[in-house]
Formats: sequence, C-alpha cells, structure tokens
Amino acid sequence: MPGTTGGREKVMDRDAVEATLRELAGLIADRTEDPADLMVVGIRRRGVELADRIADHLERAGFAPVDTGSLDITLYRDDFEQVGPRPVIGPTELPGEITGRRVVLVDDVLYTGRTVRAALDELADFGRPRRIELCVLVDRGGRELPIQPDYVGRRLEVPPGRQVAVSVPDLDGDLCVCLVDTAEAG
Amino acid sequence: MTDAAPPGAGLGKDLVGLEGLTGDQIRTILDTAEPFKEISERRIKKVPVLRGKTIVNLFFEPSTRTRISFEFAEKRLSADTVNISATGSSVQKGETLVDTARTLEAMRIDMVVMRHGSSGAARFLADRIPSNVINGGDGQHEHPTQALLDLLTLRDRFGELDGLKVCIVGDILHSRVARSNIWGLLKVGAEVAVCGPRTLIPLGIEELGVSVFGRVEEAIEWSDALYVLRLQLERMKAGFIPSVREYNRVFGVSAERLERAKEALVVLHPGPMNRGVEIDSDVADGPRSVILPQVTNGVAVRMAVLYLLAGGRPDAAEAAKQGET
Amino acid sequence: MLDPSRDVDGIGDLLVVDGRIEAAGGTLQGPDGCEMQDASGLVVAPGLVDLHVHFREPGGEHKETIATGARAAAAGGFTTVWTMPNTDPPIDDPAAVGFVRAEGERAGGARVMPIGAASVGLSGERMTEVGEMVAAGAVAVSDDGHPIWNAGLLRRLLEYTQTFGIPVLQHSEVRELAGFGVMNEGKVSTALGLRGQPNAAEAAMVARDIQLAELTGGHLHVCHVSARQTVEQLRLARERGLRVTSEVTPHHLALTETAVRGYRTEAKMNPPLRTEEDREAVRRALVDGVIDVIATDHAPHHYEEKEREFDDAPFGIVGLETALGLAMCELVEPGHLSLAGLVDRMSCSPARIMGIDAGTLRPGSPADIVLFDPGERWTVEPEAFLSRSRNTPFRGRELTGRVHVTLVGGVERYRRRAPDEAA
Repeated sequence: MPGTTGGREKVMDRDAVEATLRELAGLIADRTEDPADLMVVGIRRRGVELADRIADHLERAGFAPVDTGSLDITLYRDDFEQVGPRPVIGPTELPGEITGRRVVLVDDVLYTGRTVRAALDELADFGRPRRIELCVLVDRGGRELPIQPDYVGRRLEVPPGRQVAVSVPDLDGDLCVCLVDTAEAG
Repeated sequence: MTDAAPPGAGLGKDLVGLEGLTGDQIRTILDTAEPFKEISERRIKKVPVLRGKTIVNLFFEPSTRTRISFEFAEKRLSADTVNISATGSSVQKGETLVDTARTLEAMRIDMVVMRHGSSGAARFLADRIPSNVINGGDGQHEHPTQALLDLLTLRDRFGELDGLKVCIVGDILHSRVARSNIWGLLKVGAEVAVCGPRTLIPLGIEELGVSVFGRVEEAIEWSDALYVLRLQLERMKAGFIPSVREYNRVFGVSAERLERAKEALVVLHPGPMNRGVEIDSDVADGPRSVILPQVTNGVAVRMAVLYLLAGGRPDAAEAAKQGET
Repeated sequence: MLDPSRDVDGIGDLLVVDGRIEAAGGTLQGPDGCEMQDASGLVVAPGLVDLHVHFREPGGEHKETIATGARAAAAGGFTTVWTMPNTDPPIDDPAAVGFVRAEGERAGGARVMPIGAASVGLSGERMTEVGEMVAAGAVAVSDDGHPIWNAGLLRRLLEYTQTFGIPVLQHSEVRELAGFGVMNEGKVSTALGLRGQPNAAEAAMVARDIQLAELTGGHLHVCHVSARQTVEQLRLARERGLRVTSEVTPHHLALTETAVRGYRTEAKMNPPLRTEEDREAVRRALVDGVIDVIATDHAPHHYEEKEREFDDAPFGIVGLETALGLAMCELVEPGHLSLAGLVDRMSCSPARIMGIDAGTLRPGSPADIVLFDPGERWTVEPEAFLSRSRNTPFRGRELTGRVHVTLVGGVERYRRRAPDEAA
C-alpha cells in the first residue's frame, strides 16, 4: 500500500499459501496425461520446498509418486561478476534422466526472469526435456527477459522500495508471503 | 605471515598457502568443493560460472597431474585457459619473474596458477599483479590445493577432521605438500605428526606444533591416516639417505607393517608414487588406499578455489541481494 | 665533546690546524682569521671507523662506486672505511690496491683503506702477494664473501701477515654446513621452505680458526658475528689472551630471522639474521667487550637484483647511513651502552685493534671528526641515501641520532642540509 512505511506486511498467511499451492497442483494435474512423465523441480532455495508441497498435493490427488528434484542456479547466474563474497552453492539433485520428460520448474517469486533463464540453461546441460513449464507462487511483474509463467498463484503489485519475501517452514519457520522494505530484505 | 585473509568466507585475492588462512576459510573451501564434485559426474561436465575469464597456468617446473587437474577445473568452469611451461618460454632466455608477471598482466588476464621452483615465488607474484594468484606449488614452501584435496579426502572418509591423527611420512625437509598439510590439518583441529629419517626432518618442526616419530612402526600404530610422501631419488645422491633400498627397509609403508595399524587407517600419497620405495604396491592398490579419490577430489577442490577467488567484489554483495531471491 | 680514547666527556673547544688536532678541551683561542664552527647542542667525537664495507668498484659500479661509497660513509659519520676486496676483478694484487687507494683519495668522502684479497682470485688456494699489497696501501687481507676454508692456507696467512703487522679478516662459514642456505636454519626457514644455515656453520669455523690463531700468534679478526655459539668461542679466545678480535653489524643487533617472513629479500644477508637469543648474545658480547667493534658490512645491491625470488636474490644490505642511528636505538636508548661506549665501539676500538691513527681527538692526531645530534629523531628514507643503492630493511624506521657534519683531515666532507635548504 502506498504510504505504508517500515515493517513487514503479510499479504498471504499459511492457509492462503497452502490453498494456493493446492490450486497450482490442481492446474498442473489438469494438464497431466501421463503422471510418470512428470517431474517437479524446485529452484533453490525456497522453490524446493514449494515444489515438494506441490508434489504432495499431486500425490494426495491420486498421482502415483511424483519425481521431484532441485536446481541450484548459482553457477549459471548472469550477475556473477557483481556478487561477492561468493554465495554458497547448494546441490543440484535431479531424480533421473530428464531427456524426454515434462519438467515443471517451481520458484517462489517471479520478477526479472533472470533466475528462470539460469535454470533453463542449467537444465539444458542435463538433457533435453520434452517440455518445460514454469510455476510460481507470486508473480510481481518487472520482467527483463521474455519469460512468462504457466502457473501463477498470485499476482502482486509491489510499490517502490518494497519487495516480496516468501517464507517456508524448513528455512524460515513459517509459510507466508510478505511485503518488506528493500533495505531489510535479504 | 602477512597474507592473512579477512575472516569468514572471503579468501582475499590470492591463495598462496594455508598458513595464512583460518580454519573457517579452509572449511568454506571444502564445503564449496562438495557441489563441484557432482558437476564432474554430469553428462555435460561444465558450468558457465567463469565464462570469459582468462586463466594462465604458468608452470616453471614440470608437473603433469597438478597442471591437468587445474586445467580440468578451469575448463569445467568455462574459463579460457592458456598453459605456459618454462621450456621454450622467455623465462629460459633470462627473463625475470617480475617481467614475466608484468607481461602477463599487460595481456589482461584474470587469474594465474603458478608452479615455481623457488619458495616464495607465489607470494612474490601475488604482491606484484592485480590478478588472482593461485599457488600450484612454490619450491619447498606450500602446495595449498594439494593439501585441500587431501583434507577433503580425509573428511569424506572420516566425516570429521577435528581430533584426527595424521602422520606424514618421508622427506619433510623438501616437501611443500608436507608444509601445506601441516598448516591445513592443524587449523581444522587435527593432530599432526611427521616421521622419516632425521636428515629429512627440518629443524624447528616441533615448533610448528607437530610431533616427530623416529620409527615408522610407531607412527603407524598412532595414526588414523598415513600420508606417504614421494622420495625424490636425488636425495640419495645428495647424501640425505644412504640408499633407496635401505629407505624402503626402514621407512617403507608395507602391508606387513600396516598389520599393526588401526582398523580404519587410510593411506594417502600425493603422487607420483615410487612403488617399492616409499610405498609398496599392495598398500597403494589395497583397501586402505585413498589415492584415487584424492585425484578425483583434486578437480573439485580446485574448482572451488577458482570459484571462490574469481571476480566478485565484497562491496557488491549488498547490491546483489536487492534482486530476485 | 666526547673522546673515549682519553676519557673526555664535557663541553670544550677543539682547535684544528693543518688537518691535525692542535688542542682539545677547555676554552681555546685560535689564530686570527681562523674558521669558527659552533657545535653547541651537538656531540663532537672522533670520526667513526668501519672495518667492513663493500664498494663495488671495479665491476659493480651500478651498485656502488668508491666515490659514492666514500661519500655515503661520510654522511654516516664515518671518516675511515676498510673496503673488502671481493670486486670483479678482485683486489688481489698491488696495482688493484693502488687503484682503490687513488680512487678513494679522489672521492672526497671518508678515508678509503683497501683490504687485499687473502688468496689469488679469492679462490682459497694460493696466497696473494701480501707484502706488495701492503706496500701499495693494503691494511689487511680477507676473502670476505667466501671463507678461507682451507685451514692450511689460513695458517700460512696468519703466520705470513705478522711480518707486515696486518690482520686476517675471516668470513667464518663451514661451507659444507651452510650449504646453499639463504637464511637462518630453524623454525622460520622450516615454515618458509627456505634452505637454512645453522649457527654451527659459523661457530665451528670460528672454533677452528681460533686454534690456528693460537698456533700461529697471528691476528685473526672474525667478521660479522651472528651466532651465540660463536660468542662462546670468542670468549674462550679472549680468556686465553689470543690475538682474536671481532665485529658485529648493526643489523644483527637490530633484527632477527623473522624479518625474512614474506620473503623479504632486503632481509637476506650472509651471515643470516638469527634468533632473538642470538641477537641478545651478540649484543651482550659487544657490551662486555668480547666483540670489539661494530662494522656495517655495507653491501650495496641494485634494486633489480633484490627484486626477485628469494633464492636468487643476492646477500647483503647497505648500512653506512643507518649505522649510527641504529646503534643509538639498539644500544644507547635501552641503556646497554653509554654514548661514550658507543663511540668507543664505532671509532676508538676499531682504530685501536687495528693500530691505525684514528679514533681519537688527541692533539697531533688527524682531524677526523664527527658532529652529531644524539637526540634527533629521523625516519629512514632510502631515496635520500648518498649510497647508490637502496637495499635496506629499515625503510620507514624511526631512528635516533643524526650526523650533522663530518670532517676528514680537518676538511668538511659532509654537512647535513637543514630541512629548509633541502626544499
């Protein structure tokens, strides 16, 4: 909200996020013909847990065990020169050969599109999926690359000086989406 | 040393030796090496992180394994590499190291990996050019990436380096591998001993914080890991040992001697080995040997070091956080 | 006025006539029209004597010439220096000795007294024409830079030189023990991976040489003592009343092996910088008189020669222009030596042990005089050296005690420009 200063403004609470993830799983399920073909891959760090939750919803909806994986795009960033000291690299773990599979990439926030670009480059080094789709919890606009999501949980208008912070239980102890001052984000 | 790097993850501009690093910095390098192990298992063993960087491998001494290991690491990070060896280069025409350094710098390179016969040569170069300098072995001083890959290999095997008992056996006097391992192991909390003929144990070694075993049998009983050094055959000519045969008989690591070792003892060697001199084949090829994992880890550790040193200015860290999470 | 040779320490006048001291002490009246020099606030002392310098001429003029060296010496308060013969070619015959003498006289600095080589070509094999060299002006013989390793040759030298009343100056080093060592052998060399020289390399040679001094009765002078075990040997020689004298450098009094850390080639010297224990031992020996004198071992090298790998850089540092200030800081300020004791070790004692007409303000002596401010603090700036070389580990160090005027034979050979004049 314009005029809001300081602090965190919660825009989605745990129930809202959970409900949204269930909806996203439903949308993915609607387009799934062969469940064995599907692979849900989260982008580190917060996309990984969201991907796991979406996979849970898919399984609860009757899909046989869903292959999940994680992608660490640090080494594929295009802003490497500007980053320092070196960010910690997490493991990239894919559940098997990706060539010929349908991969759904999951991330928490879609903004410039550069993270997704890096993820696509990294996936290409592992193989040639039949199709890659993009699923994000929040789309805040502001794209710098021609990348659009296939599944969006919530579109948010973000005022200047604010940014979107997604919390997930394993890393942050809560499941929610907040708007925070850029200065205190990190 | 004055080359102490800032605390935390940052390593500073260069990697000259482990003496100047903290235990935390060493652990950061080892932790960073973990994800790089996986890259070497991929179908396409290459990530674009150092794309556009030019790395010069400047080798004033012949070295096959270290140079190849660095080259693999550089190429897997997508750097452009140039190899310069002393043979046929201007160095042999009397060019000084400082002129070589300035010439390289004028070609706008980003990093130099240097192997040199004089102790201190890496420090010398690092102090004179703005590029990152990685010491690939300088005289009898340090060989930090070798020790890092050794630490990684030991950590893979034992899970924990703190309290581990490691004995380095052989020619400590002339060994840069021994020095880097002593610093590295001590900084991560291991206990370190050395063992070898007294002629090849340098004066004042105890003051670095290591103990000395006179007999290899005692060293074997004490150790969790035995680090066997290569015996340069020219040491015999220089009178440090009477004969290679006697060296093997008194200090050689054989399967028979290892019968009294702890169950979990592992044997490391920096290569290339003199089989039948410092190490017997049944040990080198036996179940206690971690010599091949050392080689594999060499590439991952060197990728980690290149990654940690390359580019990136600390003042840009904050700016980078402003982007997408 | 300070003249330890006559136990003088007080305010007084000094009259110089025709290059010699006419009278010293009390209130003096000079002849009409004589030049007056007001030295109030300064110490007036006999000019310093350095028994061990390397002026690289001939062969190494890019490092130092006899002229630049002699002027650097005067700037350091020295009025007499003994030059080592290890030039290229070496000073091993009378003609070469005469050349150094003549160049020294033309230089307009300190008096330059050549030391002749002990062996032809410094090879350690055949004795030089000692008598001819003495006739040409040589004051001693030495192979410095190398030890006279052949015990038979050293014996002959200690015998033969007695005819001419000159000493043999020995660079004491058992080469088989020093090996290719580039620094002290111990903890620091082990950490740096540099080849070391043990103390025993020096002390063992000194022990041997003392036996030869005893056997022959010749005058053995041990150069640049660095190891505590050497001091023990020298103490024994002193107790036995042998003609064995010795020197220590300002840098062995001021620094230890840790100065080498970072592979600093400006701290590479031979004998190497040792440990704190050694440093204390040589200092105590100098104070006790077991070591007789301070000598600089002034060893100039060109910038480029030191700007390289530690193993390949040459040994040695320049010392003439920092010697007095370092000695003040290391010996007088901490109370180890009085100012008079220092002047003794740097002037009277070297003149006395070598039997040269210097190191005193006694009437009739040459008017070799230094005027210095013992309390003036200054910072070492090698760029301001008169020496042609800058290789010093003391760059940026603050020293106490600064030379203002140096007179050689009554002639002003150095005067420090006041800061406003320098601008």
